[in-house]
Amino acid sequence: MMATKEGKPMNTSASCVAALRGVSKRYGRVQALNDIDLEVRPGELLAALGPNGAGKSTSIALLLGLIRPDRGRAELFGLDPQRIEARRRIGVMLQSAVLPLTLRVRELLRLTASYYPSPRSLADSATLAGIEDLLDRPYGKLSGGQQRRVQFALALCGRPQLLFLDEPTVGMDIDARQRLWAAMRALVGEGYAVVLTTHYLEEAEALADRVSVMAQGRVIHEGTVDDLRARVAVKRIRCVTSLSSDQVLAWPHVSEVQQRDRCLHIATPEAETVVRQLLAADADLRDLEVQRAGLAEAFTELTRDAEAARTDDEREVA
Amino acid sequence: MQTVTTSMTAPADGGMPMPRVFGAYLAEIRSECLRYLRNPGFMLPLTLFPTVFYLMFGVLMNHGHPDAARYLLASYSTFGVMGPGLFGFGVSLALERDGGLLTLKRALPMPSGAYLLGKMVMAMVAAGVVVTLMLLLSVFAAHVPLSAAQMLALLAMGVLGVLPFCALGMFVGTLIKGQGAPGLLNLVYLPMSFLSGLWFPLSAMPHWLGAIAPVWPSYHLNAIAQRAVGLSHQPVGTHALVLLGVAAGLLMLAARRLRRYG
Repeated sequence: MMATKEGKPMNTSASCVAALRGVSKRYGRVQALNDIDLEVRPGELLAALGPNGAGKSTSIALLLGLIRPDRGRAELFGLDPQRIEARRRIGVMLQSAVLPLTLRVRELLRLTASYYPSPRSLADSATLAGIEDLLDRPYGKLSGGQQRRVQFALALCGRPQLLFLDEPTVGMDIDARQRLWAAMRALVGEGYAVVLTTHYLEEAEALADRVSVMAQGRVIHEGTVDDLRARVAVKRIRCVTSLSSDQVLAWPHVSEVQQRDRCLHIATPEAETVVRQLLAADADLRDLEVQRAGLAEAFTELTRDAEAARTDDEREVA
Repeated sequence: MQTVTTSMTAPADGGMPMPRVFGAYLAEIRSECLRYLRNPGFMLPLTLFPTVFYLMFGVLMNHGHPDAARYLLASYSTFGVMGPGLFGFGVSLALERDGGLLTLKRALPMPSGAYLLGKMVMAMVAAGVVVTLMLLLSVFAAHVPLSAAQMLALLAMGVLGVLPFCALGMFVGTLIKGQGAPGLLNLVYLPMSFLSGLWFPLSAMPHWLGAIAPVWPSYHLNAIAQRAVGLSHQPVGTHALVLLGVAAGLLMLAARRLRRYG
């Protein structure tokens, strides 16, 4: 992890656009964040992943200055996020925000752009978000997916250096999602930094330079998507075979076997050993495939580990 | 302090020239006005209630009492002015706290105070519309002789008098979230109007009701309105001070609740 807890001199803040440093936050009896460090560097897309209640939303709220940490420090461009000068350099798309239904898209864009020192032109923002054809429609008459695209346009219209996108593609069809991904890639290409929270792992896989996995108010993993996958040694073997799933499950190193559509799906950390054994046991075996685990498996495994570690801690305390 | 420098054209320090900050306030005001004046669900009840009441009681059922038409012009204007303040502020704040718009606005670099200023100006414009409609009815339907100065005074009463009710609406809007707000506000609006003599003069009601009427801010606004249309010649300084105090007190309470609970 990049950040350290010993208060570094201020000029290290320049290497990142947003940071949480040793931050804890508690809501009543719930410890939402427990001493976490998080850094967003210029021009990178950081995806924050984690199950509900992991602390993603709380982290975002702290970085936006909506709430204050109980302990530690939140920084935007080296400033307190509650300073308007800091927030003039960010764009925001929240998970749920009901915008004024009777205002036209053009009017919403013009209003939001007015908050910023040197916003994009209206046409420019509309093109980037793919909403050129919606400009004269009242916001309340748009479909859910169209409303999300408008919110995306509002997030980028101020020409911010850092974008916060909270579950941006929820409610979008595949086509709209692909277009939004393309727009996000274009923005990162222009030098924008993006903080993305998402439930869709393929979204993080497709877009993120760096992934930060959170669970129970802690950052349990931080690194590239490949790092995250490599953390999990499990590989998936798929083949068509006459062997039964019970037979294979009894072999050493096999952690899971499923029979689906005449195919056997095997999970194992020792793919080479198991493949050798498979080929020896079934000469007619065909359609053999070996894959590294996807982000989904890696993620499930990581959060499961964190859960287990926590229960162990509690046992020790008790 | 050292800050990030990038190739982008946005000023790196997040500074903003004064004309643009001013423009942001104007844009916020313009949006709030457009948004509500375009919404029939907001404007229709607020304009119809006072005007229809006035037509019924001040014109159709009033048989040759010019003073009654004059009294009711002032009292129903007061009634009509309370609406945009209570509902424009209260309902929209309650809904926007619930729907996440307030959160988004707090995260965006909206200049501080623009949110409240926008709603305030919107309520003032809506109150001006209501009083104008009332004046048109009183001149063309009820034939109340009014001088230009009296009309202007009543209009000023409306545009400024809405402010304490904005503060009251805002306070209620911080107490309740979402769809419950209109009901709660009606529980404030309707009894308060009745008890301060906006529908029937207090002299026509039980004595004790008249005695407690000065508790209600609407009683004081009505006193100013009656003076504006020339029915009373009492000084209105005390009434204005009471309204100012109510506005300041409720605004402070509401602002504190907003800061604490969002």
